[in-house]
Amino acid sequence: MIPALFLIALLMLGSAAAAMLLRNLIHSALLLIVSWAGVAAFYLWAGAEFVAFAQILVYVGAISMVVLFAVLLTRQNQIIDTVIEPASRARAATAFTVAACVAAVFSAAILSTKFHPAAPEAPTASVKEIGLTLMNEHGGALLIVGLILTVALLGATILAATDRDEDQSQPSDAALPPKETP
Amino acid sequence: MSLSTLSSQLSTAATASSAAAAAASPDSFLERAPLELRDWAVNLLPTPVQWLAHHLITIVCILAVFGLFFAFTTIAERKLLARLQNRLGPNRSGLPKLSILPWHFKHTLFGLSQPFADAIKAITKEDIVPAAADKLLHFLAPVIVVAFSLMTFAVLPFGRNIIPVELDAALLYFFAAGAATELAIFMAGWSSRNKYSLLAAMRALAQLISYELPLILSVVPIVLVTSTLSTKAIVLAQSGWTFGFLPHWFVFTPWGFAGFIIFLIAALAESNRSPFDLPEAESELVAGHLTEYSGFKYALFFMAEYFGLTALSGLGVTLFLGGWQAPLPFLEFIPSYLWFMGKLICMIVFFIWVRGTLLRLRIDQLTRLAWQFLVPLALLNIANAAFWVLTTQWSLPLQFVRWGVSAAIVVIPFIMMGRALSASYAPRSYRYAP
Repeated sequence: MIPALFLIALLMLGSAAAAMLLRNLIHSALLLIVSWAGVAAFYLWAGAEFVAFAQILVYVGAISMVVLFAVLLTRQNQIIDTVIEPASRARAATAFTVAACVAAVFSAAILSTKFHPAAPEAPTASVKEIGLTLMNEHGGALLIVGLILTVALLGATILAATDRDEDQSQPSDAALPPKETP
Repeated sequence: MSLSTLSSQLSTAATASSAAAAAASPDSFLERAPLELRDWAVNLLPTPVQWLAHHLITIVCILAVFGLFFAFTTIAERKLLARLQNRLGPNRSGLPKLSILPWHFKHTLFGLSQPFADAIKAITKEDIVPAAADKLLHFLAPVIVVAFSLMTFAVLPFGRNIIPVELDAALLYFFAAGAATELAIFMAGWSSRNKYSLLAAMRALAQLISYELPLILSVVPIVLVTSTLSTKAIVLAQSGWTFGFLPHWFVFTPWGFAGFIIFLIAALAESNRSPFDLPEAESELVAGHLTEYSGFKYALFFMAEYFGLTALSGLGVTLFLGGWQAPLPFLEFIPSYLWFMGKLICMIVFFIWVRGTLLRLRIDQLTRLAWQFLVPLALLNIANAAFWVLTTQWSLPLQFVRWGVSAAIVVIPFIMMGRALSASYAPRSYRYAP
């Protein structure tokens, strides 16, 4: 029980820390995926099968692909070995500021939440009940989350993409030659 | 609930359900034989290790059965493709002459020992790793791809009582386990430190991501109708016969048939089979993302591809073709696991037939087929299944209307979209030099 939790926590935090410390961007991305898989293992440990498999399907299957494609397609220097340049003082300061802001938001949210004492027996929810709850009660929230994810994806692409003149002069791949007549 | 209690609960649930089934249903001896054999073997061991032995036996069974299945799929594929191409195929490998034996069994066994010869060849080949490669990832990629493609077998119900792990969210587990193969392909392509490997890996990923959507969307109608994600419950929902001879398999409903066709196409693409074998089109590329792999690692990728194909075929059988159910009531005396394996073999032979018949697509045709044709059709099919669920209570004359409307919902868009999309591309006209 508890040793397993510590192992999972070690896996999650260790891979996340290694992802931050490594210089190679692809290694970092892969370790981040390991960390997400650790989150899924934690859900499994907590008995939430559905959430665990959804976590693997979404994060390990889909978001990881977005991250890897983004890393490979948006790098300006087309060298395969994408190494991050050494950290500067400004970058470190920005990173710490952002991290502090996120931590403040999270801790405010956690501290302001009133936790009811949990029932001694874990509730067993079937997949059908989860589906009905998701679609009836929390349908709006689900749609909003989807919208936010789309916006985040578009924003990331816009941030990473830079307009270059030679891009516009190239013909688009979609344009196919017109139908030939015999 | 911890992992250990979860697994113990699962195993107790499995044994309890099997015991209940053995007590209640008129199961023949053959039906119960595999479970009885397992329980007998488990009971030989002391109590503390029984749960471990229980799971290990399951794992070893899957490995042995599907390892051999893989071996004979390769030889079946080579022989069938050869016949389709007017050749004989491998027919020379018999048994080797062992020097300690005084006699030699000279029959060539119709070449059926070819996969074992291939395996020995793959093991004894030199394992070349490029000097600049990322050694760890280069090694991990084939390991991950085989491990995760084997994990998908865990939730397939192979027989009435034979299901390795009974999960409430089995379908979700299946696709979650399959998702990791994409990562392995990326790792293989990137760690080779070869531009062509990386490019091919990105192409392969684009294909896999494009077809994962129709694959999952084609399965959603089943979940909608049965309102469960458990593979066992889905098979049980397909039991019974109308008029005593029409099985209630989902493939025999309009939405199920459309879903099955979409599932077949997406499964072909997901397992890199012809006509969607662009990632390693052997006559166009060297070997795609496997260019820098050799020896047994290459064989492992090959193996994972066939495991993935077999698992997806098994899922197709489970979801659409009634799983382990017999097609006719009087054929029920044949054990359920033989029905499952028979249907599985039919699916595999169908895939081999498709490979021998159809031509390879171009990458733009491939992605256009997925995004412009299969995804909208699959979405329509979900609406179709919803209509089917809402009209379950209709009386007999209205049932004909229900079937007609349900068929129209898939057939009319199929024809219209097919015409609209192929308007500028087909029929093709060729001009030859005079």
